[in-house]
Amino acid sequence: MKKERQEERPSQVLLQGNEACVKGALLAGCRFYAGYPITPATEVTEVMAKDMPGTGGAFIQMEDEIASMGAVIGASLAGVKSMTATSGPGFSLMQEHIGYACMAEGPCVIVDVMRAGPSTGLPTQPSQGDVMQARWGTHGDHSIVVLCPSSVYEFFDLTIQAFNLSERYRTPVILLADEIVGHMREGVVLPSAKDIELENRPRPTVPPEWHIPYGDPGTGVPPMPAFGDGYRYHVTGLHHDVRGYPTTRKDEVEALMRRLFSKISNDLDRLQWFDSYYTEDAVMTVIAYGCVARAGMQAVREARAKGLKVGLVKLQVLWPFMRRTITTILDSSEKVLVPEMNVGHISREVKRVNRGNCDVLTLNKIDGTPITPGEILETLEEAYP
Amino acid sequence: MRETSHFVHKYLRSSKRFPHIWCAGCGIGIFMQALIRVIDRLGYSKDAVVMVSGIGCSSRLPVYVDFNTLHATHGRALTFATGVKLANPDLKVITIMGDGDAVSIGGNHLIHAARRNVEIASFIVNNHVYGMTGGQSSPTTAYGTKTTSAPYGNLEAAFDISGLVEAAGAAFVGRTTVYHTPLMERLVEKSLTKKGFSMVEVLAQCVTYSGRWLGLNSPVEMMAWQRDNSVTVEKAQDLTPDELAGKIVIGVLADRERPSYEDEYAKLTAEKLKV
Repeated sequence: MKKERQEERPSQVLLQGNEACVKGALLAGCRFYAGYPITPATEVTEVMAKDMPGTGGAFIQMEDEIASMGAVIGASLAGVKSMTATSGPGFSLMQEHIGYACMAEGPCVIVDVMRAGPSTGLPTQPSQGDVMQARWGTHGDHSIVVLCPSSVYEFFDLTIQAFNLSERYRTPVILLADEIVGHMREGVVLPSAKDIELENRPRPTVPPEWHIPYGDPGTGVPPMPAFGDGYRYHVTGLHHDVRGYPTTRKDEVEALMRRLFSKISNDLDRLQWFDSYYTEDAVMTVIAYGCVARAGMQAVREARAKGLKVGLVKLQVLWPFMRRTITTILDSSEKVLVPEMNVGHISREVKRVNRGNCDVLTLNKIDGTPITPGEILETLEEAYP
Repeated sequence: MRETSHFVHKYLRSSKRFPHIWCAGCGIGIFMQALIRVIDRLGYSKDAVVMVSGIGCSSRLPVYVDFNTLHATHGRALTFATGVKLANPDLKVITIMGDGDAVSIGGNHLIHAARRNVEIASFIVNNHVYGMTGGQSSPTTAYGTKTTSAPYGNLEAAFDISGLVEAAGAAFVGRTTVYHTPLMERLVEKSLTKKGFSMVEVLAQCVTYSGRWLGLNSPVEMMAWQRDNSVTVEKAQDLTPDELAGKIVIGVLADRERPSYEDEYAKLTAEKLKV
């Protein structure tokens, strides 16, 4: 009897966050990885170097992060799901090509395991200082998708979802982990490959002479052939017409820009990803993400034990900002607290969508140490209505 | 001439809104035709050719030709090309770069591509100037030359592109001018058929900018300058360093067998998949 039960239970493995990310990527069908060593993301590159050859995919260590990102886009255009991983300083270098991937619509996944900045900063200490850089780091107006894990399992799961979204929208997707989530180890039960739903970029269904490389099929996402498929077309970071050729015509530029935004903004309902805890009767809600959501969870539990009606909403999508979700929280709470390991990147957005009927409180820490449950609890107790 | 127009129609994009951006008398078009001729002669399928470029006058070349084309970012063509080649080693990957593009902002990528030896046929069109932005000094501008960013004369020494790439380990290195078209075609062919990383430096005239500052006022004068100042690798062997000063040494500068990255990686993958 006992033995039988053991067989039924899927096996649990002890994984580091960065390892879980690689496992997710490979299960999602990532078959190209280019990277450059940087703390605290190096393990992603190391585990990829070890595991990628066995999948038949390609691994390469490039000369810098600019090159890693260029190679990732090149591989994506050749039809292969591609990824890179880095931390703050490398993320800054990648911004040039993140913009290229937005403009040329090359699906790819960029993992930024955040450390404290600016500049070289605190290489082995956590931070959430790259939230705005993930949104606006590359020059020019653009849309972007940014996901944020708060546990080892979520790092695994959101890596898969990052690939799915990048393929669905033909856009770079940034996975914003932090040093704590990247380096901590947790026991996780991974699903088997057959239980994972994967999305793949839309492919042209018409012959090459009918295919319009950057035309809008109605979804805003043009079907994407791979180099070598017989659909010879031009890819550029310049503004381009529907055939991909450079243009400065304002009607063509405007149409391209509108489509690049709307392909994601038209789908916002599908991008409201969050977990909520104890929110049904909460008069005060903690809105948190990444490692801070873990401290938030503990603080909320302790506050509940003391009889305070507080809840927690943990964000998994940071960008595009989940306006609908946040508005609902603001409408149902008297106060919200947004603890962050930065000077207030998300709280600023929460205040922006607040319609004046809720007090938005902040708790910011920028000394390279994590926000503790005690600090959140203390703020909750002080401000509890 | 009939043959020429045949190539034009076979390889230039009919869907592209011409004209191109090159000035009258520019040397890049001469190189483009040599490249197309060799590709045609080698019988490559247009579907199997991926042409990647950076930013600059010569990097506009892929816009006009009917292959899989990727107009990348300034200096980074080789990084995109590396990704394309490793993702699908069956593709014939070619990069077109300029001197500022490949050697200044892309210098790091260039030396590492040569060292790494991924099979990419790269062509650097060297006109010794940033043409697209209006004639500023590039890393190959000669010492003392006046440019729009060195109005009192260039204070820096020039890079020897071919020497740099040869030292970094490229499998094949050649240099030509656009005046020497038969040699240019031979080098392009050797480069395209070479296993591993190859680079051909193509000296081309920029009539509008470098010509103006050098006092050479027409494409004919500039190409005559290319003719009169070039010596072949074979002849150069008999010349003293003093005699070689200021000369352009043209021909095959390096041709060696080295395992390519993708071949080494394929071996590793085969081993892992067997296990």
